[in-house]
Amino acid sequence: MGESELPETDGPETDGPETDGPESDGSESDGSESDPASVAKPRSASARIVKPQPAKAGTGTQSPAKAGPSEADLAMAKAVRLEKEAALLEKMVKSYTPLHLTPDEMVGPDGKLRPLWRDFAAALAALSPEDVDRRKARAEQYLRDSGVFYRQYGGGESVERSWPLAPIPVLIAEADWEKLVPGLIQRAEVLEALMADLYGENRMVEGGHLPASLITANPDWLRPLVGIKPRTAHFLHFLAFEIGRGPDGQWWVLADRTQAPSGAGYALENRVATSRAFNELYAQGHVHRLAGFFRDFRDVLQGMRQDDSSRAAILTPGPLNETYYEHAYIARYLGITLVQGDDLVVAEDRLMVRTVSGLKPVDVLWRRLDGDYADPVELNPASRLGTPGMVSALRAGGLTLVNALGSGILETRALMAFLPKMAPRLVGKRLEIPNIATWWCGGAAERAAVCGAPKRMLLSPAFATGLPFDQENGIVRASTLTAKALAERLEAEGHALVAQEAVTLSTTPTLVDGKLAPRPMTLRVFLARTAQGWQVMPGGFARIGATPDSAAIAMQRGGSAADVWIVSPSEVPLVSMVPVATGPFRRVGPGALPSRAADNLFWLGRYIERTEAIVRLLRARNVRLAETGAGAAQILTALKPLFDSRGIDPKPGIPTGLLDALSAAIGSAGQVRDRFSPDAWSALADINKTARRMAQIVVPGDDAARSFSVLLRKLAGISGLVHENMYRFMGWRFLTMGRLHERAMGMAEILAVLADDKAAPGALDLAIELGDSVLTHRRRFTVATSRDTVIDLLALDPNNPRSIRHQIEALGDQVRQLPDAMENDVLAPLTAAMLRCQTDLATQTPETLTTAAMWTFRGQIAALSSLITEAYLR
Amino acid sequence: MQYDLRLVIRYDFDRPTGAGRQLLRIQPAEMPGLQSLLACDITITPNPSERREFTDFFGTTVLEVVMAPGLKAIEIDMKSRVVRQALGQELDISPPLARLGDDVQEVMEIGPRSPHHFLSASPRIALNAEIAAFARKAVAGVETTRAAIATLGQALHAHMTFDPRATEVDTPPAVAFAMKRGVCQDFAQIMIAGLRGLGIPAAYVGGFLRTLPPPGKPRLEGADAMHAWVRAWAGAEAGWVDYDPTNACFADTDHIAIGHGRDYGDVAPVTGALRIDGGQKGSHAVDLIEYLPGKPVR
Repeated sequence: MGESELPETDGPETDGPETDGPESDGSESDGSESDPASVAKPRSASARIVKPQPAKAGTGTQSPAKAGPSEADLAMAKAVRLEKEAALLEKMVKSYTPLHLTPDEMVGPDGKLRPLWRDFAAALAALSPEDVDRRKARAEQYLRDSGVFYRQYGGGESVERSWPLAPIPVLIAEADWEKLVPGLIQRAEVLEALMADLYGENRMVEGGHLPASLITANPDWLRPLVGIKPRTAHFLHFLAFEIGRGPDGQWWVLADRTQAPSGAGYALENRVATSRAFNELYAQGHVHRLAGFFRDFRDVLQGMRQDDSSRAAILTPGPLNETYYEHAYIARYLGITLVQGDDLVVAEDRLMVRTVSGLKPVDVLWRRLDGDYADPVELNPASRLGTPGMVSALRAGGLTLVNALGSGILETRALMAFLPKMAPRLVGKRLEIPNIATWWCGGAAERAAVCGAPKRMLLSPAFATGLPFDQENGIVRASTLTAKALAERLEAEGHALVAQEAVTLSTTPTLVDGKLAPRPMTLRVFLARTAQGWQVMPGGFARIGATPDSAAIAMQRGGSAADVWIVSPSEVPLVSMVPVATGPFRRVGPGALPSRAADNLFWLGRYIERTEAIVRLLRARNVRLAETGAGAAQILTALKPLFDSRGIDPKPGIPTGLLDALSAAIGSAGQVRDRFSPDAWSALADINKTARRMAQIVVPGDDAARSFSVLLRKLAGISGLVHENMYRFMGWRFLTMGRLHERAMGMAEILAVLADDKAAPGALDLAIELGDSVLTHRRRFTVATSRDTVIDLLALDPNNPRSIRHQIEALGDQVRQLPDAMENDVLAPLTAAMLRCQTDLATQTPETLTTAAMWTFRGQIAALSSLITEAYLR
Repeated sequence: MQYDLRLVIRYDFDRPTGAGRQLLRIQPAEMPGLQSLLACDITITPNPSERREFTDFFGTTVLEVVMAPGLKAIEIDMKSRVVRQALGQELDISPPLARLGDDVQEVMEIGPRSPHHFLSASPRIALNAEIAAFARKAVAGVETTRAAIATLGQALHAHMTFDPRATEVDTPPAVAFAMKRGVCQDFAQIMIAGLRGLGIPAAYVGGFLRTLPPPGKPRLEGADAMHAWVRAWAGAEAGWVDYDPTNACFADTDHIAIGHGRDYGDVAPVTGALRIDGGQKGSHAVDLIEYLPGKPVR
């Protein structure tokens, strides 16, 4: 065995979580516990990542005289290597010191490595620091290439942050996990029953099990939803729980996520990135796969539709939301339409999505938006993210929302104080997994309890949601107050406060400055309601603290995220989305492109082309800056109107106008992340980065001209990706139409300016250069450059991919394939205008296409854009 | 007393509108023993493309309409006939303020009539220390909850000046209180903030007010008004009482209620989403006329 068996670098698409290569044959050599070397005895997986060490034989005790290695030599070499690995592992374990009185996932209370971690740790120990860095870099490369990000808020603005992956996964034994699962499912059932009660009969309040004011003063109790029963009879379909392991090793629920839980998509990305870093360990480590969970949930979403003509969609607040990346990712992964609130409209009690093919029914909506924002008419009137009439459609039973509006109330921190007592009344059983000990300070007995043991207590707002240690504001350690101040505070505002026991979380190994160190962790686990009942995702999303302090786990404060591997002692079934997701299912509705997405794609096409045109103009200018003489000066003057109309001051090396055009392209692309290939996105991001870097250093003239050539080549790369790789969905059509339209407009202007009779000498050659047609012109026309030859080649020749005619013909082809190109056997206004354009241009000659005629024709092209917008993009 | 009540609301738009969805809360309430609705007819011009009625959480009848795009104007015309019972000489059976909290705690329900909805801050009424201090000072030494309600209402009436130009529909009560000026909405919301500060559950009532012409002067058409007052909870036995701080009186036969909620936002007569670009003008007129037998509803 050796490196040749399994290359260290991973193949392109072979190591995603769902497209894993074949499982290993499991050639394990399990050592018995009594064998002192067993801890170090690697499986085949870990052995493979050890570099072959040919030098070893020479430095060892063996005789170097032998011609080839004998069996004995090999055995000896292996023994030496194993010994060395054992030593490395021992060293690593020794240098890893769990915190005092805090259980650690990897190392037991006896200071010994837990058996579950043996293989992983051994493999890790055998890696050189450079290897570790390389693997970490590989995971990070994946995340960068995919453009994984989240948004961070602070100081009044929000910025995109790259994903803070901790490459070492958290390992959990399958047996431990299976003990946890029933308790998680039970909690989901308790919450479902509580939700039904709060929006229905209110037995909990009437029975005295829940204080009325906890509901009536709660901003997440949405009164318009009271009494509206969900069509499927279930309020909750997708949940997450934040759990942590306490000092005694027992799992606790720290927070319930019921509103619109995020993280499942990030868990998938963590999985892909981590498996890139540790591909052999992942492939052979009997790690439960995530795909089955998503596949089943997707089937549930589709299955809740009332008929096949309607669709399921994911509702996102939009690109400024902190987890927008995840919304787009999940939509792409599940093959479900991603929509924003104003894509949707309620008509005749049904929710519809505006598409380029008209209004199409949406029957199931997975919302990633807080309930309050879903409908500005009946809920928060300040919301600009919602859809007027959403509640009305729900009242009429016109759609299923995942989760039901109003489910945010279940996240209320103070509810945790009452859940243990309510559970038996709601589901007939006590909670299997305790939640973090919580006291609502509205009651006298609770206030006394808090005052009696303030040391362990954190005070926080009763109606807050999420984890107490996630927030920076409003959290007070009770022990920092004097007994009198505490009592007074509780007396005055007790009804608005909860006290929770400060948690000490278990630690897990993470890389700190290249070495393993224990850091506190919490786990976000996900549950989905399927036809078979609640299903728990076998894995999840671990958050790792930046410091040993349990209170600093939030990613917003420097924490990181890790994958969670549920490790089975035997092989796990391979599940995959792939055969199903790319099969017939994905082909259901290519025609139903939301109008907003079409609009963004159209403009993306325009901005990319506009960028290219600007780059060509700038290159032409900078090439001539290097020249001297009157001719060059005249040309620079001739170019001026072309820069002016694009709002560009061409003097700096890289003008800001160019960067603005790129930003506009990035902005449009960002709105359609679910429809734009990750490759094209990275290409675009790369150009943006390159241009901005160049802007720092490039000087006008030759230097700039060369830089523009680089940018042009990169832009050609995007065109290639779009042209060669993008499926001819409706989205591609709009992207293409945007490019064609912009290019036709641009060329018409260039010709109107540079091929005018009064244009400077050399302007015609410049036009040919801007049209990238120098060679063609030379080949086609043996005569000197004249206005006729230029107009013929750049305006009228259908075979020149840069000519106006070529753009117009291609645009005509696209327009004819749009939905409703004909209305009752009559040409739609756009189709008619398009046809007029085509005919007008086809019947022109260089003589008739004067400068004045060119400007008129350009106006005709411009009018097409308005017609496209009118017909499809509103 | 029996009334013919008519409300006409009109909006004019500079440019044609996009599609819109509106909720209208303009139909007088049915309140057993206090107010009954004999007839009500609401005409909307032009005809909405969708129209349905539902009852909201607090029991107000809501008319939901969807307007097709392209409107230059909308007119809403509500005609109804309402009977309003006169307030009798009420015995004050409300508990002392100090004991009201116990009454509230004993209500273990969260239905629309529950006092619990009306004790804490609501979207448009934040609890405010100055208003609370004013309220505490005003009711110091007052014996019962009902008396405290009336006393605070009178104190506010004396403190504030009615001024239609001082505030907007979105002016927070704290701001109006600091200016000592406002209209019925401000008076009501300030009083509610004060009552909640005292621990008295208090709701906002939207409705109509009959404006009697000065002696010897003819009644002007459209001179009556949409109005707002306060509904406060005076304990388990006394229940809800309506007080009008703008006129410093308990609501009586001149007050016709549409419904109540936590603040103006819950009972605003017209809410919704309409896509407009350009300006709009709105106006409304109310006629509340004592019904004389034989005279048809106009």
